[in-house]
Amino acid sequence: MNLNDLLNHRSEWLKGTGPHSDIVISSRIRLARNLASAPFPHWSNKKQGRDVLDAIEQAVGKINYLKGTTIFELADLDSLDKQFLVERHLMSYGHAHKTNSKAVVIDNEEIVSLMVNEEDHIRLQVMQSGFNLFEAWNIINRIDDCLAKELSFAFSLDYGYLTACPTNTGTGMRGSVMLHLPALVIIGQIKQVLNAISKLSFTTRGLYGEGTEATGNFFQVSNQVSLGHSETEIIENINGLIRQIIEQENQARETLMSKNKSVVEDKISRSFGILKNAHIISSQETTELLSMVRLGISLGLIKEIDSSSVNELFIITQPAHLQKLENKKLSSQERDVKRAEIIRDKLNKQ
Amino acid sequence: MLCDVCGKNPATVHLTEIIDDQMTELHLCEECAKQKSMQMEQQFGLADLLAGLAEFEKPIEEKETLLLKCPNCKLTYKDFKKIGRLGCSECYEAFRKYLSPLLKRIHGSTAHAGKMPVKIAKTAKKRLDLQELRVKLQKAIEAEQFEEAAKIRDQIKAQEKTQVPPQPEEEKHDEPQ
Repeated sequence: MNLNDLLNHRSEWLKGTGPHSDIVISSRIRLARNLASAPFPHWSNKKQGRDVLDAIEQAVGKINYLKGTTIFELADLDSLDKQFLVERHLMSYGHAHKTNSKAVVIDNEEIVSLMVNEEDHIRLQVMQSGFNLFEAWNIINRIDDCLAKELSFAFSLDYGYLTACPTNTGTGMRGSVMLHLPALVIIGQIKQVLNAISKLSFTTRGLYGEGTEATGNFFQVSNQVSLGHSETEIIENINGLIRQIIEQENQARETLMSKNKSVVEDKISRSFGILKNAHIISSQETTELLSMVRLGISLGLIKEIDSSSVNELFIITQPAHLQKLENKKLSSQERDVKRAEIIRDKLNKQ
Repeated sequence: MLCDVCGKNPATVHLTEIIDDQMTELHLCEECAKQKSMQMEQQFGLADLLAGLAEFEKPIEEKETLLLKCPNCKLTYKDFKKIGRLGCSECYEAFRKYLSPLLKRIHGSTAHAGKMPVKIAKTAKKRLDLQELRVKLQKAIEAEQFEEAAKIRDQIKAQEKTQVPPQPEEEKHDEPQ
């Protein structure tokens, strides 16, 4: 697979299918694994890092489940490629920096990705569309078992999987669910919801994971505790919480439609109108307006376009995607023009 | 100077963020700064507070503790406090005394309850059975059921004979170095 092949491909997690996909964009599970005794990436020298990378690449090559994957060593990618992978959620922002002995393994469907030498030797992630953590777990669990046959993982009977940061020790698992909660934001209840989430020792983050802001009413909810509970217990806990948030968002949507219907309709239609007609648009404005259009689709107010296309627009209007589509470097102003063009094209064609 | 976020109010709060040697400056008005700080509180995950947290555990044994060094990767406890990351899997054993309370603080537990690597699972099951038998034996003795106790003792002996020698990485956790 060539990285540019991904440009015309819609990632599995953007398909807008799966349970509760009107509110839940995607479900993701990641596992942190390390090789026993080898220094963790931040503490290893060039050779040690290379040895780890070689061992993992070799193991990946032997695993049937990972037959359809491609390994990209980050030293071989330019900064645009790296940003492109971050925008597609195939690797973390941090992985794109200081690229010595780092790699990312990606499957054609963009369901599985495996980062080598990020914070831990292995960061394996599986993404699914909609509210589907258990399906993601079933897939990742099998791949993890295969990897464990080929590699000696750092593991202790009492602490579990040993990770560079003690916040990941134990299962090494983080389950995350990406939620779209525009109605809770509009009626001003989101703060209470976020407060409740943090009190239950879960965290919320923005669209691009740790350290990113919540824009476009997107919130990523994940577990904070990874030791002392089994993987399925942790997933059940997240699921319980997510079900409640979905319920609250649905109630908020009903409230909006029964009490402020014309205001909501106005806001949604104006957003759609701007997107269909603008000739210059920033990334932030795009995210905010698309968020309203997405709500409009869920409420049945917009029928000309499906949520899968909107999901995709969120990604392909990001800076690196625009530049890859145009096949040249674009300044921020040029990007705003190109972005508006792509959006007009997509929305008016439907 | 106007606020970078809203572009309306004058910026009164100046924030410098350094991520991987890249410095970004943010100039915010009071209102936007409040929002940003709320976000930061949420994002300021445990990882960032780790070093600080660890310090709370043992305020006294300063010097000795700081010089503690992992025999495998040479990371000192002082390094760990500074960077908030361990150097290798063996650091967990080297700093066990300080890490256990820290893990307890972060996760509310120090006992793994999840899956195991397939290779380790087999030997672990045997050890677990053995542990269970030992507990049973203790209970039988306490209850003065000596006949039962003798039976269990024989089972333990038989199991110990067939026991596969544990893998080195497991063994370390039972024997403090």
